[in-house]
Order: sequence, then structure tokens, then C-alpha cells
Amino acid sequence: MRYRSRRGIPGFRLSLGLTVSFLSLMVLLPMLSIVILSSGLGPRGFWEAVSDPRVLAGYRVSFLCSLIAASLNSVFGLILAWVLVRYRFPGRRFIDGLIELPFALPTAVTGIALATLYSDKGWFGKPLAALGLRAAYSETGIILALTFITIPFVVRAVQPVLEQLDRSYEEAGRMLGASPPQIFRRVIFPEITPALLTGFGLSFARALGEYGSVVFIAGNMPFRTEIAPLLIMIKLEQFNYMEATAVALVMLAASFLIMFGINCIQSRASSFVRG
Amino acid sequence: MYVNLEHISKRFDGFQAVREVSFGIRRGRLAALLGPSGSGKTTILRMIAGLEDPDSGDIRIDGLRVNDIEPSRRGIGFVFQNYALFRYMTVFDNIAFGLTIKKEKPGRIRERVGELLQLIGMSGLEKRYPAQLSGGQKQRVAFARALAPNPRLLLLDEPFAAIDAKVRRELRAWLREMIRSLGLTSIFVTHDQDEAIEVADEIIVTNQGRVEQMGSSLELYQSPATPFVVEFIGASTPVPEISALKGFDGTPPGAGGAVRPEFVSVYAPDEQVQYAHTEEAIVRSIAFRGDSLELGLTLKGLPLTAAYSLARAPLAVGDAVRLLIRHLYLFDGGQVRLLQNSAYGNGPSENFYSI
Repeated sequence: MRYRSRRGIPGFRLSLGLTVSFLSLMVLLPMLSIVILSSGLGPRGFWEAVSDPRVLAGYRVSFLCSLIAASLNSVFGLILAWVLVRYRFPGRRFIDGLIELPFALPTAVTGIALATLYSDKGWFGKPLAALGLRAAYSETGIILALTFITIPFVVRAVQPVLEQLDRSYEEAGRMLGASPPQIFRRVIFPEITPALLTGFGLSFARALGEYGSVVFIAGNMPFRTEIAPLLIMIKLEQFNYMEATAVALVMLAASFLIMFGINCIQSRASSFVRG
Repeated sequence: MYVNLEHISKRFDGFQAVREVSFGIRRGRLAALLGPSGSGKTTILRMIAGLEDPDSGDIRIDGLRVNDIEPSRRGIGFVFQNYALFRYMTVFDNIAFGLTIKKEKPGRIRERVGELLQLIGMSGLEKRYPAQLSGGQKQRVAFARALAPNPRLLLLDEPFAAIDAKVRRELRAWLREMIRSLGLTSIFVTHDQDEAIEVADEIIVTNQGRVEQMGSSLELYQSPATPFVVEFIGASTPVPEISALKGFDGTPPGAGGAVRPEFVSVYAPDEQVQYAHTEEAIVRSIAFRGDSLELGLTLKGLPLTAAYSLARAPLAVGDAVRLLIRHLYLFDGGQVRLLQNSAYGNGPSENFYSI
């Protein structure tokens, strides 16, 4: 057989068979149905559906806000993970438990809570409005919601890697005269980059597909704060299934390309360690 | 003394790791901190490096008190137990790390790294990543990385622990020669007495946070200062009640001690014995040790080990033999005294190490 498992554990055929069947049933088949459904439009109809200016604006809002949310979480998730791993303080376990909460909360609840807080009359919205900043019903609101619901990804991806990281790496840097920022940048950061990229990719993908929490805080103004998933919902409500799936297909393809790219970078980053 | 520790103590929450440790090492010497795990040897090494701060006591290097000096400013090269090579950097970048931090000129860095690669015999491998190196190569890179900024003192934490037994012997010899030829004062930590004996000029034996004894391997073996050193260095069998043995009846009852295999003469059943004070013992096991046989014996229920020359009358398991315990160590309140069998008279024996 040409494709061998890298470890000595047997069961390659069985496990690969299961993997392929599971992925086909759970992922590929639904995707395929999208392709088939949208193909009813024909190439010209498909192009018209996805190049509609309102749809393009939706893509722009979705991808841009997801990108910003995932970036924000990469920075703050890393800090959170760092604090949780490196320091012992009262309430650490409590904070650790809070991390998963955004996953457990129904997204609509999240959306309503955020909209209340950040609307012009809300606790945070009011002082912000006084400063001339508008949080709810703007891109800022979308980014807020997307950041909230994707908090766990980076934290949970980076945390185990930081925990496993041997202190002697830092000590080696210290003995050789590196300052704490130099140690972080040159010794620790390369070690956690693959995990950070994983967390970023997961956050980004999750944010792209998010709908429930965003619609409550976005204001949903066409061309400005209308996200692509909402456009799909609108088309579905109008029983325009083919156009809805066409819009979805483009999002899918773009997400896949981005995730594939991130995985490639990540696998390159960790290739030094595998040798 | 080039490196001097004066009354160093260190406590980790609830655990006294190092107690009142003092010792000195002369310039250019290669010293081993030898002791079982938890004896404080690694903590002592880390305090010299500045990776831990002592609770009390002074550490001096070349006369200067370094307690409050940053680790990187103490002029120390440190080789970590797992080498701690930066996994995302090439061999070159690893060795160059300390120099790039010091903002040396790129030309100067290339020159120095080239020199070190030559020294460790790894020229041409500078573009490899640590994951692509063998254990021995990793150790040599860690050694070169520590040497790059020209330290005046080299510290090594269990330098051979992560290497398989076969390569370990070669590396020991390599490292010893390398350090000797550089004339670099060095201290390494080990729990393996063979390693300490083979590599070090002097050995500092630690136990329960204290220094038990310091000296050359011969000194430690021939005149152990504490019962722990007797047990830890070389082979010995404990004797709980010395006064029960013939020829040592004069010792106070209750006193214990230990016997080294070479302190025991074994005589075959039909052999003529010129001494009184021989005892009857049974051979329990015979093991081949290259130049001699190692006999496992029982003497009145007491297990003993003795060396037996290959040239002498062959013995079998179960044989009743006669044996003479020529010497033994008496443990006397933390001290060790070498006693001689009264069969020899009372004068000190000249050649008690002959079999």
C-alpha cells in the first residue's frame, strides 16, 4: 500500500474508511446539495445572483468584520490564555469557566444582550454616543458580537500549548541575555504560532457563519451593516432557494480557500519541529 | 577559590531544598554535583546561575558577590537537561542567539559560530533544525550555544541524562576533553556516580540539601566522611550489628556500619587459613565481573558481597566457605571510622585494598 500510517498502530484502512464516510455524510453531502441546488440558475443567473452589489456589500461586511473579530481574539485570547496558564490568583478557575460561556449561550440571547448594552440608551452605548461613537447598529456592533461568540477558540487552542511549553526555553533565553520582550518574541511566540493560527482560523470560520447574534445588533442596513448570512436568510424567506444557495456557495468557497491557506501556513510553521 | 558558595540555603514552599551549603571550586576545575534526586544539587546549580535566588548566603565568582547580578551578566554558560534548543531556529541561529542579543556585528557572529561549529565537529549542519539532530548532536549544539558569548563559568544540568547509554560514554569523554582543553571552570549535575567519577576532577556529594563531602573520586572512595557517602559511592553492604562479627568484638554494642566487597577475603572450604577470626558463610550467588567473581554470601543471616579472584579454587552456589572481614566502616553518629579486624593486631593496615 502506498499510503501508510506514520505510526505503527494498525487499523489504517478502517479508520480512513470511517473518516471518509463520516466526512462525506456530514460535510460533503450537504455541500454537494448546495452546489446542485444553485446550479439550477445556470452560469449567467449564478453570476448575476452573486455579483449583485447588495450581495457584494454583504460579503465585504461579513469577511471584514470576521477578520477583525478573529484578529481581536487572537490578541486578547492570547493574553487571556497567558494569564490563565502563567499566574495563580483567586478566581482563576472561575474565569477559566467563563471562557466557554459564549458557546453555551443561545446566539439570539447574546445579540439581544449586546444590543441592549450598546444601543444609544444602553449602559455602554450612552457614554459612547456622547463621545460621538456609535456601537450598536454599525460595523462596530457586528464586530462586537462576532468577537464575543468566538472568544473560546484562540484561548482554548493556545492554552494547552502554553501549558506544555517547557520553562527551560525561557531560561535559556534569559541566560543568553534576552530581555522579557525578546524572549517572548523570539522564543515563545514561534512555539505558539501554530496554535494561534488554528485559533484564528476557527474564530474566523465561525464568525463568517454567525447569524443569530449579529442580526440583533447590526441594524441590518443594506450595503452597510447587512451580513451575507442575513442576505441568504432574506432570499430563503422569499423562497428564492437557488439564489440563496448561490450566495452561500461563494461564501463556502472563499472560506475554504482561507482555511486551506491558514492550514498550509500552520503546517509550514510546525514542520521545523517534526523534522 | 574561583567559585565560592557560603552558607547557601533555599526553601521552596514547605520544602527545605538546600541547607547551609558551602564549597569552593578552583579556577579551571571540572566539578560534579553528585546526589540522588531531591538532594538539592540542581537547585544549587540554578542558584549559581541566578535562575533561583538563595534565601540566605553568598555566591561569589572570581571574588565578586553575584547574588544581585542578573543571570546573563554573571558570565555563565548554562546547558539545560533537555538542552532547551530553540526548535524554530536553525543550529546556526541557536548558537548565534546570545551574540545577536548582544548586537554583535553579523560578520563577527558568523566567524564565532563557524569557530564553534568546527569545535563541536558539526560544520555543514548549521542549517538543520533541532528536530533533525541526534541526541548527541543536540547536546553539542547546546554546549556551543552556551560557549558562544565566552562565559567564564560553564554549568551543565544532567548533561547526559537524555542520551542513550551507548552514545553517553563517547559524549562523556568528548565533553571532558573539550572542557579540559578550553580550561573552562565547569560544574555539572549528575545522579550517576560513574559519570561523576569518569568526568569530574572533584565531586561534591549532596544529600537532603546538604553537602556530605567534597573531594576527588579516590578520596571519596577511600576515606568517606559520612555513612551516606559510603553507601552512595562504590559498592557496600550494610552491617547492622558490628560487635557480632569476629574480630570486631571490641566495638560498642548496637553500632552499625558497612563492608565493601574488597574488605572481605573468602577462602575455599579446603584452603589453609592463617588467621583466627574467620567465619563460616554460605555462597548464595556467583556473578562474573570480568576480572573477578562477585560472590553473594550469607554470614549468620547477614547478606554480604565479596570479590573473589578467578585464579583461585572454583566455588559453587551452596558451598560453605570461610571468610575474613579484614576491615569495615563503623558509623559513629554521622561520622565514619575504618576499623581493622583484631586478627591483624592493632596497628593500621597498609594494603587493605588488596583482594
